[in-house]
Amino acid sequence: MKKELPERFKSYKHVWVFIEYEHGEIHPVSLELLGEGRKLADKLGVELIGAVLGGNRAAMQDAVVEAWEYGADLVYVVADPTLEHYRNDPYTRVMTDLVNNYKPEIILLGATVLGRDLAGAVATTLLTGLTADCTELAIDDEGSLAATRPTFGGSLLCTIHTLNFRPQMATVRPRVMAMPGRTKGRQGRVIEHAANLQEFDIITKVLRFLPDRNSNKVQLAYADIVVAGGLGLRSPENLQLVRALAEVLGGEWGGSRPLVQKGWMEAERQIGQTGKTIRPKIYIAAGISGAIQHRVGVEGADTIIAINTDKNAPIFDFAHFGVVTNAIEFLPALTTAFRKRLSVNRLAS
Amino acid sequence: MHIVVCIKQVPDSAQIRVHPVTNTIMRQGVPTIINPYDLFALEEALRLRDWLGGEVTVLTMGPPMAEESLRKALGIGADRGVLLTDRFFAGSDTLATSYALAQAVRKIGETWGIPEIVFTGKQTIDGDTAQVGPGIARRLALQQLTYVAAVQEVDLENKTITVLRRAEGGVQELKTAIPALITMLEGTNEVRRGTIADVLRGARAELVVWNAQTAGITDVSNCGLRGSPTVVKRVFAPKPRATKAVQIEVGDRDMGTIAEDVIARLYAVQPALEAALLRTAAAY
Ligand SMILES: Cc1cc2nc3c(=O)[nH]c(=O)nc-3n(C[C@H](O)[C@H](O)[C@H](O)COP(=O)(O)OP(=O)(O)OC[C@H]3O[C@@H](n4cnc5c(N)ncnc54)[C@H](O)[C@@H]3O)c2cc1C
Ligand SMILES: Cc1cc2nc3c(=O)[nH]c(=O)nc-3n(C[C@H](O)[C@H](O)[C@H](O)COP(=O)(O)OP(=O)(O)OC[C@H]3O[C@@H](n4cnc5c(N)ncnc54)[C@H](O)[C@@H]3O)c2cc1C
Repeated sequence: MKKELPERFKSYKHVWVFIEYEHGEIHPVSLELLGEGRKLADKLGVELIGAVLGGNRAAMQDAVVEAWEYGADLVYVVADPTLEHYRNDPYTRVMTDLVNNYKPEIILLGATVLGRDLAGAVATTLLTGLTADCTELAIDDEGSLAATRPTFGGSLLCTIHTLNFRPQMATVRPRVMAMPGRTKGRQGRVIEHAANLQEFDIITKVLRFLPDRNSNKVQLAYADIVVAGGLGLRSPENLQLVRALAEVLGGEWGGSRPLVQKGWMEAERQIGQTGKTIRPKIYIAAGISGAIQHRVGVEGADTIIAINTDKNAPIFDFAHFGVVTNAIEFLPALTTAFRKRLSVNRLAS
Repeated sequence: MHIVVCIKQVPDSAQIRVHPVTNTIMRQGVPTIINPYDLFALEEALRLRDWLGGEVTVLTMGPPMAEESLRKALGIGADRGVLLTDRFFAGSDTLATSYALAQAVRKIGETWGIPEIVFTGKQTIDGDTAQVGPGIARRLALQQLTYVAAVQEVDLENKTITVLRRAEGGVQELKTAIPALITMLEGTNEVRRGTIADVLRGARAELVVWNAQTAGITDVSNCGLRGSPTVVKRVFAPKPRATKAVQIEVGDRDMGTIAEDVIARLYAVQPALEAALLRTAAAY
């Protein structure tokens, strides 16, 4: 299909990032998207704009400043009591209204629970295209957004365009894009936009919010060091070896999908395409074959060390260091060696 | 009470193979299944029906062979199956899919009574976008309840529904009006096995088969490729990494020596690592 952008869409300009702001904080994925959006905006020679919605304007100022410091030239702020807690209907109405008023050519959202709930509703209301869970975003020669995502269980990638409609919308999962640097003191502009909503006009009510207990929260996606096990560990008891190493390194632990299916660990700890995407400095994979669905979740790691008895295991195609040996024996040795080093050096310093 | 459950027939993706030379998907002979996430929606619908009375209609859009998944759903206990099939639907993206499905739900409502609840799964295992549920909700102006973990109460008299919804960082208890659209979270209920009577009924039942016209779709330009704003430009295999892993020598060295070797290599490529590890260790 060729690009034949209808006249009414030609004025659509600038790259937007929906800033996911809840409980007084910006979701890190929005900062990652500001980093990615900055590149797209520079390529197109347009502005990078954040849209942040919330209940209390004064409390939102920190978020505005943060958006500037992570690259936004302008932030649209919509503060209204009806937007205090996320609900689909008021958020969809406000986002749709912003788009119809200010006409962006691209909108990026995090593929979080909130972002997916909102993106589908906004795109349908605007009758435009939405590409889900992108792993790569680029601008093609015609100035269109080329959004690449895994298909067919991760074995292939496809590039999707929204040629003849605007805005072009895409979601990206947390940690798929790198966290950009923060420029302290960088400033931009802000435009306040009225929500024009009344509480009695919104049918869905939040009766209660039950926060997850923090002690249970697995910080896998944002950990600097991750140790993971696979079926090669052979029994659920041996996952203890993975946990012990993670603990010595002050990191998180996780595993491949079959461990969740077998009930060896909770789904929160699954790494890969249908689990968490991680970008640690170090990823240690023990007894994991390196199937494509696992690979796509770990490729952002700086250094990958794989331990596997099979020298032809696919994981050695993308790991940086390999150790062809029995992980059940090697993990304790590695844990001991690290522990020794760390305690010796601590005494010395 | 009338409940509609949208189910999609998908390839059993664990068995999909990619042709090593042409990089095309080899669909031939790949078995199909009901999208596993949709079974949780179906179970929740059946539970509500058993509790409050009424009927469950399952709806699928797909090629004629998708009737098989409807029969399976009837075999699990659904009351009626509707197959939406037409060449005009081929190549639909999520916007076009939600248009066609919404029109069919509308027609189902006109024919057998307006549904109080429309269910979809959380997402599919092939397209995997989670966009169709919200799309249907918007098009039919239904209250949108995604990632629902439990339906707590349905009050048919006052036309309200209360659910627990998985939100960012916690669970929301939401109360809204019906009709509503629910996308059901996985693992939230135990999907039943159908009775023998259901399975037999499923195998023999008359299915309702609609094409675009009989489903009441007058403007087919909203369907299929024509109605899809997204265009797939390229399908390709991921680039292999240029270099393979550097293998640490194992030989007959003992595990401790190999471990020391691994740590030395690691510190060499990440010079700041040792200091960082010491800082975290010291913080304990
Ligand atoms: C749609 C879809 C989505 C999926 N999503 C994910 C996902 O998000 N994450 C994920 O991980 N998988 C996912 N999978 C599954 C994936 O395809 C693989 O089946 C899975 O990753 C394999 O897990 P594994 O490596 O632990 O097990 P296996 O493939 O069985 O590998 C075990 C490995 O351990 C080695 N080994 C055996 N004994 C030892 C020993 N003593 N010491 C060291 N090594 C040993 C073996 O040589 C082998 O390489 C998905 C699949 C599909 C179809
Ligand atoms: C690899 C791949 C990538 C794709 N990427 C995109 C993309 O980024 N954007 C886009 O717009 N389209 C995309 N598509 C097209 C999209 O998959 C189709 O439009 C599909 O018909 C519905 O989307 P889904 O499978 O993602 O469903 P989801 O939105 O994940 O499905 C949610 C629920 O909707 C219901 N449902 C979905 N389809 C049907 C159906 N046919 N009949 C009955 N109920 C149904 C089910 O209950 C399901 O659980 C992609 C397709 C493929 C194969």
